[in-house]
Amino acid sequence: MSPAAPTPRRVARAGLRLRAERILEVLIEGVIRLCGVSAILFVVAIFLFIFREGKDFVFDSLKPGEFFFSPEWYPDSVEQKRYGTLALVAGTAGVTVLAMLIAVPFGLGAAIYVAEFSKGRVREVLKVTIELLAAIPSVVWGFIGMLILNPIIIRLFHAPVGLNALNGAIILALMSVPVIVSIGEDALKAVPDSYREAAEALGATRWQIVYRVLLPAAKSGLLAAVLLGVGRAIGETMAVLMSTGHAVHIPTSPLDSVRTLTATIAAELGEAPRGSEHYRALFTIGMLLFVITFAVNLTADLVVRGVRRR
Amino acid sequence: MNPFAQSPHSRGLRRREGIARAVFLCVTVLLVLPIVAIIGMLLVRGLPAITPEFLFSEPRQGMTAGGIFPALIGTLWLVGVSLAVAAPIGVLAAVYLNEYAREGWFTRIIHLAIVNLAGVPSIVHALFGVGAFVLFLGMGTSILAASLTLSVMTLPVIIASTKEALSAVPMSFREACWSVGASRWQTVRHVVLPNAISGILTGVILQVARAAGETAPILFTGAAFFLPFLPQSVWDQCMALSMHLFVITTQVPNVPPRITYGTALTLLGVVLVVNATSVAFRYYLRRRKRW
Repeated sequence: MSPAAPTPRRVARAGLRLRAERILEVLIEGVIRLCGVSAILFVVAIFLFIFREGKDFVFDSLKPGEFFFSPEWYPDSVEQKRYGTLALVAGTAGVTVLAMLIAVPFGLGAAIYVAEFSKGRVREVLKVTIELLAAIPSVVWGFIGMLILNPIIIRLFHAPVGLNALNGAIILALMSVPVIVSIGEDALKAVPDSYREAAEALGATRWQIVYRVLLPAAKSGLLAAVLLGVGRAIGETMAVLMSTGHAVHIPTSPLDSVRTLTATIAAELGEAPRGSEHYRALFTIGMLLFVITFAVNLTADLVVRGVRRR
Repeated sequence: MNPFAQSPHSRGLRRREGIARAVFLCVTVLLVLPIVAIIGMLLVRGLPAITPEFLFSEPRQGMTAGGIFPALIGTLWLVGVSLAVAAPIGVLAAVYLNEYAREGWFTRIIHLAIVNLAGVPSIVHALFGVGAFVLFLGMGTSILAASLTLSVMTLPVIIASTKEALSAVPMSFREACWSVGASRWQTVRHVVLPNAISGILTGVILQVARAAGETAPILFTGAAFFLPFLPQSVWDQCMALSMHLFVITTQVPNVPPRITYGTALTLLGVVLVVNATSVAFRYYLRRRKRW
């Protein structure tokens, strides 16, 4: 096929098409740039819109002493409404700490096993299984807590109710383990092979390498893994709502029923009339949660950054 | 005396090595075992309930009988609409980060925003959805509001996986394209995206799985407890599988376990099948990679 002869008309048309393409390209690049910053826009928007709904509570009816240090959360009371979040914070903290006591040893242990001791098909199977764990929706976890774990806990501990902090913690542990394993494994993998080779050349056993070389070298990556697990546990809603038993008080034992910050919002927002003090108080709790998880994630990210820079 | 005999010290080392290996194996097995047990239990109790009749009929008698058809359709609506919004934004955001932006403080902030967006609790996303979409933009509780909330929530998944797929395209491909005079967008459009498309799809599929399983973000933005009819447009409310499971396990008394287990297994099945597709896809890609 011979190229068309460049008649003046063809040249003009080609020029026009070129210009149209340029304009299109500039437009598209604008859209791409906009999408690029969308994450920032959304994070800012999330805070602004929650603030917008909750600000009247913050400025008009918030008593910091009560909000932060009173365990009394009685938003429905007729004569004396109280908005103390201490019991809810304690519930969140209790369940999270308990969950981490289970999840950190198991998660880091599994991460070490997957990264350093297993190989080939076993490793692939383990990784896929743990990924599977991450895929189970939180409402299914809640269902498992209510229908499967509940009777087991009642039987094992002779507890009057099986829906309690321990139940929630086990569920949360299973939910945050995949995060800890996958980030932890990345952290271990990021340690240069030359470290392993050097240790092996000195006659170190695998366990000595893990214990003396890899753990110190991957310390901050592993810490970040744990922090991200904590972030996931604090923010989890449905599973905790369904499995912790929903009693507002400061827990004194793992077998106490508790209520978390997230569960409170999920349980009460539907019933709080729009614009009421209660409704705005729930948005204020949302702000509190946003700030807490923001801080945890930021710390985790800074820790990871620290590793990379080195 | 045998010069190659093990000294007591090295024997101790080997024993410790064996112990360490056994301990880590135990920990991992203890972690995997409950998962297998739980899924097995759900299968045993839920599988008999899953019949065509259960999947394709409506709940009856105050949700204590009948099937889950409207919830399935609702989930389909929610996932579809959220996908239509989140996929283009997420992919283009990743294109920006990987192909346009120069590494610096600005991309660092974007990265931080993505990490935080991924870490915001789902119930806080729900509050955002109520404040922004339901109230401020006046969408009311509708499929649209719920789907948009889901989109914002799943955006980080798409961005992260797309970015990975894009950065797997070798730099030489781009350089070759630039050297014949193509502009940045032409390179992206004709070289980078076609070569990364399967990796991008993997991420999009993952988003679908995540959106299908979420409950908290749709709780107050568009999912209904019970609707006798199917949604007709994005302005309607709808039922959703995840919400339905929550409702029949916590809000409605005396639902026969057959139905709750059946619903739980269906939801789990949907999510796992979608996830498995993504994993299989990734394997297939790794096999087929040409560079």
